[in-house]
Amino acid sequence: MEPRPVRIAIRTGAVVTMLFLYLPLVVIALNAFGASKIPTWPVSNFSTHWFRLAWGDQFARDALVNSVTVGLRAAGLALVLGTCIAFALSRFRFFGQNAVSLLFVLPIALPGIVTGMSLLSAIEYLDIKPSLWTVVAGHATFCIVVVYNNAVARLRRSSASFEEASMDLGADGWQTFRHVTLPNLSTALVAGGLLAFALSFDEIVVTLFTAGSQQTLPLWMYEQFKLPNQAPEANAVAVFVIALTALPVYFAQRLMRDTGGIGGR
Amino acid sequence: MSTTAPDIARPSGGLRTRVSAFLYRRRFVKLLLLLAPPLGWIVVVYLAALAVLLFTSLWIEDELSGRIIHTLTLDNFRELWNQPVYRTITKNTVVMAIAVTVTDALLAFPLAYYMVRMASRRMRALLFIGVLMPLWSSYLIKAYTWRLITSQDGPINWALGKVGVGPVDIAFSYLAMWLAFSYLWLPYMVLPVYAALERVPSSFLEASADLGGRAWITFRKVIWPLALPGIAAGSIFTFSLTLGDYVVPDLVGGNNHDFIGNVIFRFQGVAQNVPFAAAFACVPVVIVTIYLALMKRLGAFEAL
Repeated sequence: MEPRPVRIAIRTGAVVTMLFLYLPLVVIALNAFGASKIPTWPVSNFSTHWFRLAWGDQFARDALVNSVTVGLRAAGLALVLGTCIAFALSRFRFFGQNAVSLLFVLPIALPGIVTGMSLLSAIEYLDIKPSLWTVVAGHATFCIVVVYNNAVARLRRSSASFEEASMDLGADGWQTFRHVTLPNLSTALVAGGLLAFALSFDEIVVTLFTAGSQQTLPLWMYEQFKLPNQAPEANAVAVFVIALTALPVYFAQRLMRDTGGIGGR
Repeated sequence: MSTTAPDIARPSGGLRTRVSAFLYRRRFVKLLLLLAPPLGWIVVVYLAALAVLLFTSLWIEDELSGRIIHTLTLDNFRELWNQPVYRTITKNTVVMAIAVTVTDALLAFPLAYYMVRMASRRMRALLFIGVLMPLWSSYLIKAYTWRLITSQDGPINWALGKVGVGPVDIAFSYLAMWLAFSYLWLPYMVLPVYAALERVPSSFLEASADLGGRAWITFRKVIWPLALPGIAAGSIFTFSLTLGDYVVPDLVGGNNHDFIGNVIFRFQGVAQNVPFAAAFACVPVVIVTIYLALMKRLGAFEAL
């Protein structure tokens, strides 16, 4: 047991850190409901004006559709690739295993600007026309590790003997996968997929380097923040987006609770 | 057997069974089939792109035509090395990354410690979600909001005015960027420190106390060494993310605070000098590689 002054100090530190994490979110929420065109503090007149404006904004709507499209494709790709690599690394022992696992962490360990600049160099060199698909390629690359982290955490906990038992009882490889392996893994995969989607949905650094003329929602918001007097609308969209991404993250967290939390981004 | 589980035990001998038996006997083939798609993807999309980046950095742009000349030269790197402005930008970025890392470690530790050793189960779960949520809420709006928070008539000056302290001029400054960065990456530090502290058995602390170790000694000799890999793991994110960011320098830093990220972005965008941008992008790669090697020695990779 820590001495009393230490306990008080730690408790104070914890409160300070939580306040630091949440006060800016309060500012974001209040600003979104502020009526003023130029953000003022304290927010005096409240209105849902910016939400209504954003709702009717065709550019914002298009950007939202693009973001969802990219997120679904990137998460789908990451799910397949991340599951494969999780199986390969947790159920097999082979030469260069550590190097392979490092390879998949690299896209999030190196700064996003490096990934973005690399993809841009490749796009320019190969003369590829930037589109939503180039954005998907970039997103899927750093989403693989999210799926991998979740899948591997579950695979490490569950023993391969279940699969062996299934095979001993006469099931073939596909049946074992379909009826034993997949049900055991499913919630981890759903969690990984949700997180991959949320990650893609919010990404801007790599996206700015790989996008063509079609904007994703973060690209649209970034543009608004840089224009004079457009910020409040983007602010309202952001609050909407936060509410939207909070749901998948919350569910992913619940699904992975028994495996000791979800892996980092 | 086949009657009790009709779905699973179909008559054997079909193609599927033969394929599955083949894969079972030759695990090597199965491994290959599992490895090929993800490894192929990462090699083609990521490693190949990194290689193109490296080559692009060795090309130069023709100043008159704006076309890229595909001859290998170290001109871009020479320029980076010789112009003091790029060294200053690199230094400022690295100093900021270190300052943010230290700040986040100081903020994260008490919270993580509280969660592991003092909070009730319910409180711990609540705080865990509480730390996780900001991580997944729009990064862009969080960065932009720090511009508002630090502005002349923003919440900080409003709060200072309430307690009678004069307004501070921190809009578009390194201080504002430091606050924004520390805020943005804080959850990345809390989670690994939490995980590291959670692995310290309370019996270790009791043993230390039984052997006469006072609180400070227990902290220094038991808790700190075991928490260090967690801090090192978190620092990889705080350091690397600060090093490569260009949204915060742009939105919170304003016009006069160039970092590696936004200079690269400007060179590939406005200036259309992709080779030089590529060369500058190699700088954070080198710095992060050195940093990763240092953190590996502190056990960061086991705590990720």
